This record gives sequence, structure tokens and C-alpha cells, in this order.
Amino acid sequence: MSAHTHSSVLKHHFDHLEQQHASERLGMWMFLATEILFFGGLFGAYTVYRLYYPTEFEFASSKLNRVIATINTLFLITSSMTITFGIRAAKLGDRAGLIRYLVLTLLLGGAFMVMKGFEYNADFEERYVPGTLFRSEYNAAFEAVFPTSPLQPPLSKEQAKAYFEQDAQSAHPKHQHWAAELVLLNYGKSTKDPDYIDPGKVQLFLSFYYIMTGIHGIHILVGLGCIVWLIIEAARGAIPPENYSTVEVVSLYWHLVDGIWLFLMPLLYLAGAGWAGH
Amino acid sequence: MSATTVWATPTTTPPPEPPPAEPNYLNHNYSIWSWLLTTDHKRIGILYLISITLFFVGGGIAAGVVRLNLLAPNGAIVTEDVYNRAFTAHGVLMLFFFLIPAVPAVFGNFFIPMMIGAKDLAFPKLNLASWYVFMIGAACAAWSVLVGGIDTGWTLYPPYSTRASQASVIPGVLGAFISGFSSIMTGLNIMVTIHKMRAPGLTWNRLPLFVWALYATSLIQLLATPVVAISLVLIMVERAWGVGIFDPSIGGDPLLFQHLFWFYSHPAVYIMILPGMGVISEVITCFSRKNIFGYAAVAWSSMGIAVVGFLLWAHHMFVAGISFYAALLFSFLSMLVAVPSAIKVFNWTATLYRGSITFQAPMIFSLGFIFLFTIGGLTGLYLATLGTDIHLHDTYFVVAHFHFVMVGGMVMAYFAALHYWWPKMFGRMYSDWWSRVAAMIIIVGFFLTFIPQFVMGYHGMPRRYPNYPAELHILNVMSTAGSSILGLGYLLPAIYLTVSLFNGPKAGSNPWSATGLEWQTPSPPSIHNFEETPVVVCGPYEYAIGVDQMGRPLPEGPGEGGPIDPASHAGHPYPAGPAPKETEVVG
Ligand code: HEM
Ligand SMILES: [Cu+2]
Repeated sequence: MSAHTHSSVLKHHFDHLEQQHASERLGMWMFLATEILFFGGLFGAYTVYRLYYPTEFEFASSKLNRVIATINTLFLITSSMTITFGIRAAKLGDRAGLIRYLVLTLLLGGAFMVMKGFEYNADFEERYVPGTLFRSEYNAAFEAVFPTSPLQPPLSKEQAKAYFEQDAQSAHPKHQHWAAELVLLNYGKSTKDPDYIDPGKVQLFLSFYYIMTGIHGIHILVGLGCIVWLIIEAARGAIPPENYSTVEVVSLYWHLVDGIWLFLMPLLYLAGAGWAGH
Repeated sequence: MSATTVWATPTTTPPPEPPPAEPNYLNHNYSIWSWLLTTDHKRIGILYLISITLFFVGGGIAAGVVRLNLLAPNGAIVTEDVYNRAFTAHGVLMLFFFLIPAVPAVFGNFFIPMMIGAKDLAFPKLNLASWYVFMIGAACAAWSVLVGGIDTGWTLYPPYSTRASQASVIPGVLGAFISGFSSIMTGLNIMVTIHKMRAPGLTWNRLPLFVWALYATSLIQLLATPVVAISLVLIMVERAWGVGIFDPSIGGDPLLFQHLFWFYSHPAVYIMILPGMGVISEVITCFSRKNIFGYAAVAWSSMGIAVVGFLLWAHHMFVAGISFYAALLFSFLSMLVAVPSAIKVFNWTATLYRGSITFQAPMIFSLGFIFLFTIGGLTGLYLATLGTDIHLHDTYFVVAHFHFVMVGGMVMAYFAALHYWWPKMFGRMYSDWWSRVAAMIIIVGFFLTFIPQFVMGYHGMPRRYPNYPAELHILNVMSTAGSSILGLGYLLPAIYLTVSLFNGPKAGSNPWSATGLEWQTPSPPSIHNFEETPVVVCGPYEYAIGVDQMGRPLPEGPGEGGPIDPASHAGHPYPAGPAPKETEVVG
């Protein structure tokens, strides 16, 4: 979509610039429609299970890092603003301003990814990851309370609580806090009880968490790539005022990615905001 | 040209013949890079044509394995495992790599800009990218076949596909996933082009119906494909890491996959058939020398199909455990979508009424389409009826139904398009006699292959099983015999079309005397299609008054009231002015 020459921004197969800009804009809007349906499939599936398994989803959500998510939300919203200022600068032919705003957007988006990286890392260290890690952590906590050996009697609920508290104080805790909490919450309940928290379904939530934020993260990276490209083009002087729509088209994409985060944030992080341990 | 020649006669050139613009899109540059890096929509169309022809052959070979194996009640040639992989390869190749791109990516690419008087599609680089994406997807599919193939069926239902299957599911799914993006890119490009790049005077009500049909197709490609893309991602994640969304052992719901899958794959059947319907509208009018009957009805029924087509996916799941009331609703909506399809069929039939019909190959294929598609559509109603579907679901009846629409319908339309536009694309005529013979052989072979399948299915033969009771032996042998005839029928065009490239007589710019803008360019077209932007003054099918879309008289038609007589046109001077036609102006 680059303007290849300085002299002429108009591509050979268009009659005039308005037509070219209108086509680019319409093309991007249509692409955004496909993106919405792409995420729509995920959101739809999430909603189904959120309705099937409300308790598990609330529990699982309450263990995510809400602080980082809030900061990240601020970053993205601000970046949507800076890129919009960038369009204005491009329209006015203010090349320095354009580059400044694009770099700001890039930094904010980059900061989002860095924070997200820290968050994933912390989740990983807590073994809060679906699959084998999750299962072995949960099983370890479970077996500490209900030993498999018939010679050792199971701990009572109070003993179990004390045991996990003591473990959490120790220098190298043997159990993750979420696993301990799950075992305690489920103590004495049968798997049929309505308030039993099925660890399998907690994992289901985690699958959604990683897949949704992961795909969103890939979109952020693509957006950052486009912004880097815009910065290079702007520095080359290849974005004259009559070609401002290039910036606009990238900004449309960026707003969508931002907008999707505004849905992901409450669905994933705030679903368990009211969780008080039931 | 002598009277005994077997070539279709290119009619003598009409007065407004565009100047023979020398370098055309084929000969202006022969280097391999000029093809691989081209952004010319016509060349990209040709790249697609070559690729999908290969996949059609591949899918055909897989089908051959399946049919040959069914010659004996307990499997004639391959093991059960190979059988599963063969029918899966057949389905995946034919659907994702042949039928979906067939008309939009080849003829849409090539002719949409020409039919609306544009120099190219709106995003030429995106167009080239779509072909590369498509080929990368195809490479993944080939990789999956090389390491053993998939055995899940093209529907990829979990948990079999995610846990039980021992086959190489991930590369195949990745291939389908990636090729989906090329479909989105093509759809997006075509839609923006139709919106923004129409020639002056070409209002929406003057668009050729092929353009309308592709507009509707693109809408579905844009809105349905991303949903299957995400479901395929979920399948891959679940299979690769053993954690996922549909895994029943952690509370996942496999039925959810079916919903997501069919939310795409039902509309996808309209991605496959709508472009074919567009082709038929072009060909039927041209070869019966009549205006289309009910232009608005045909145009809007495409949009109707596109919209209603989104609302009936669960008719594939009647016996999968959806609620009774949901089934009732989806059954009703499935009946509803038959209405716009029927509108089209009636309008085409009315267009034929009192037309001066000639039976060149494109027309024979189109008539075959109307006939076979109608059978396919009507049997769809049996399946949409809750009670009968319980009996017919997952039997050969379903197989016959969708082959009637997809092969009897869409592949027939694809061949109609190929024969109709071939002279424009390559500037050469193919053998008239052989092309008609091929069309007849294909229709006969088709009947013999698929009519027995309705009967077998009705008697309970399940689909995807390698074995069947001995009572069904005769029917299966008939079907396999038919498929050999069909295969021969498909081979013929490959031969005479290739021959025509080198030996065919030169085609004039408008050999069928058709009205569309694409015929107002030289054959083969020059690089930028039009020397100057055409100005459109009337609707797309003014055959009755004999003018093209720019209001200029048509050259003499391909023959009146009967099969073409190659000698009758030879040397005739072109009559000036619109030829008086006996047909009345309708629609
Ligand atoms: C006229 C309207 C149509 C109706 C009412 C209809 C109805 C149905 C129904 C109810 C089924 C599910 C049968 C079962 O699995 O028990 C079905 C299957 C199918 N139909 Fe149609 N159909 C129509 C048109 C089409 C068209 C135009 C196409 C393709 C171009 C098509 C392709 C298919 C395919 C591929 C399947 C089988 C999918 C699979 O299970 O693998 N149908 N149809
Ligand atoms: Cu369907």
C-alpha cells in the first residue's frame, strides 16, 4: 500500500485520489469485519462455557493479575489517542509531528507487550497453565491432604488449612496458592455438588485465557509492525498529506485491536471480580 | 475456412472492433518472474487456473481410489485406513482447494474488473498475495498427504480429530486454515472493486448478474471464513498441546465445534454455488439471445441466499443432539433458502422461453447445471425435513445430494465458464465438436455415478464406510462405472483446450456476440484491459434490441435457432445495425 514515488501517490489503476482513498478505507473496514467474526467465534465459545460453568470461571478469573491488566488497558486506550493525533499531523503535512505520534504509539503498544510478557511469566511460575503443569500441581496439593497410601489418614479440613498456610510461609513453598485454595474449597464436597469447583473446567478457562490473549497479542505485534513501517515511510517522506489515508487505515486496525482488548479485559479479568471464596 | 472443419467459427469481426492492441497481457513479457511477481488480475487468474486444475486432478485421483475400492463389498484395493485417508483427501482438496477458489479466484479475478470497466482489482498486491497464501496452504495440505494423510473426514469432528486419530491432522488443518485467508483476500478485493471501481454509467442495476453473484459470494467469504479459521486454530491447539476447548474430558463440548464448523461450512456451500449461478445467468442469456427474465429477482435472490444461508447451519446436526425446537427452526429456515434458489431456476427457464437457442458447449454445460442443480436442491429438501433426515442422515443419499449441487451444479458451471470465456482469455477457439461431446459425456457419466447413490443411501448405505452388504453390489458397480465415464469426460477438455492454445483458430474480440464489457476488449485483452474507460449506457443483457452495454450494435450471433453451422458465417459481411430479433423484451 505504499506510495512508491514522491511525485505521484495515485496508483495506475485508480482514476483519482478520492477513489483510491475510499477503496483503501473500505477495504480496511471489511477486513475489520472479518476480524470481528474471527474473534466473535472465540467470544461465542467463551460465552457458552461461561454460562455452563459460572463458578469455575469466576474462581479461575479471580486468580489472574488485575493490576497489570488495568495498566495495560490504560496503555492501549492512550495509544489509540496518539495514533489519531498522528492522522491529524499527516493531514497537515507535519512530518515531525507524525513521526512523534507514531513513535509514542509504538512505545505504548510495546509497553503493553512487555507487561503482558511479565504477566505470562508470572502465570507460568505459578504453574497456572492448562495441561500437565496444572494437573500435577493440583494433584500434588490434593495428595498432600488425601494421601494415596492407606497407612496415612487424610488431613481434616482444619489441618489442611494449617498445613497450606505453613507451606505458604516457608521459603520454598511446595504448593501453589491456587491449588491449595481449590483443594480447600472442594474439601468434603462430592463432584456432583453444585458448588464443587471442577479443576478440569478451571483449565478450560485457562485455555481460553491463553488462546484469547495470545491471539490478541499476535494482533498487537502485527499492528506494531505496521506502525514501524509507517515510521520508516514517514521518515522517507513517503507519506505526503494527500496520502494521509495510509495512516488512517493502520489506525483503524489499531483501534480494533484496542477495542477487542476492551472486551477481553472484563471477560477474562473481571469475571471473578466478585469472587469471595464462596 | 472450409465447411467440414470441426472448429467453432469465430464470427467475423464487427465494426467497433477495438484496435488490435499489440502487446497483450500474455505476450508482453514471457519471463517466469513476470508471472510470479505479476500484479495483473488476469495473470493471477491464470495462476489460479493452473493451480486449481492440479488440485482437481489430485482430488479426482483420491475419488478414483474411493470408488474403485467400493467395487467389492469388502473393499477392493486398499485397506480401511487408506480408504479413510483417501476420502478425506478427496473432500479437503475438492472443497478447499478446488471448488471454493474455482470461479471467484479464476473467473472473478479475471473478469470482474473487465465486466465493470476497471483496469484492475482495487488491491493488486493483495491479489498476488492471496495466490501465494493459497499455495502455502496447498503446500501444507501436500505435506500432510506426504506424511500419511488425514483420516477424519473433511469435517474434522473432535474428539476424534483432536485425540483419537493417529494421522497427521495438524498439517492438513493448517493448510485449510491458511487457504481460508486467500479466500478472504479475494472476497475483500472483489467487494471493494465492485463498490468503488465501476465505470461511469454502470449503476448497480446495470451490473451483470455474474458480478452480483460474486458480490454475494464475497460477502459470505468475508463473514464466514474467519469463524472456521478460529475453530481450526482451536482444533490445532487442542491436538498439539492436549489442552483445549472442545475436549470433553475437561468439560469441553464437541457439539460446539460442530456449530462453529457449520456456521462456516453451510454458508461455504453457497460460496461454492453462487458464482456458478452467476455464470449461468451470463451464458443462458447469451445463447438464447434474450434479456434475462426478472433481472432484479435474480440479483436479489443472490443476496437473499447469502443472508439466509447464514441462518441454517444446524441442519447438519439434526441427529447430533441439538434441541428439538432448534431443529424445528433450522429445518424451517433450510426450507426457506430453497426459495431464492428456485427463483433463479424459474427465471432462467423463463429466459429460455422463446429464445433463439444454440447449443454450443457453454450452453450445454449450463443446461446441465440447471437440470442437475434442481435435482440437488430438491433432494436438499428431503434432508431439511426432520423426519426424513433421521433416515437419510450420513447415508449415500446425502453424498448424492451434495454431489448433485456441487459437481452437477458447480463443476458444470465452472466448465461452462471455462468454455464461455476461454476465447477471451487466450484468444483462441477450441474444437466445437469435441467440446460438445465432452459436455454430453460428463452429463451422462454424472447421472450414472450419482443416481445409484440416491438409491443406495435410501436403502441405508452409510457414507464413509468401506464395506457394504452384498445386495448393494450392483448399484456400487454402476456408480464406479459412471465415475470412469465422468473421469474420461473431464479428461477431454484438458486435451482439446490445450490443443486450442497452439492450434485453435484465432477468436475475434466477441465470438459469442455477447453484450458484456469484457467482450469490448481485444482477445486476449491488453495489459490494462481498456484503452479508455468505457461508458455504460444500458443494462447487461440487451440481446432483444441487439446492443452491448456501451449501446453499440452486437456482431452477428453464434447462430440462430439451431446448432451452429460453421460455414454459414464464413465470409459474411457483418450486417450494420442491430439485427432484428423475434424475441420480445422481457425483464
Ligand atoms: C436448496 C437448498 C439446500 C438445502 C435445503 C440443503 C439441505 C441440506 C441438508 C439438510 C444437509 C444435511 C444432510 C445430513 O447430513 O443429514 C445437506 C448436506 C450437504 N449439502 Fe445441502 N442443501 C441445499 C443446497 C446445497 C448446496 C447449494 C450445496 C453446495 C454447493 C450443498 C452442499 C451440501 C453438502 C456438502 C452437504 C454435506 C456436508 C457433509 O455432511 O459433509 N447443499 N444439505
Ligand atoms: Cu448445509
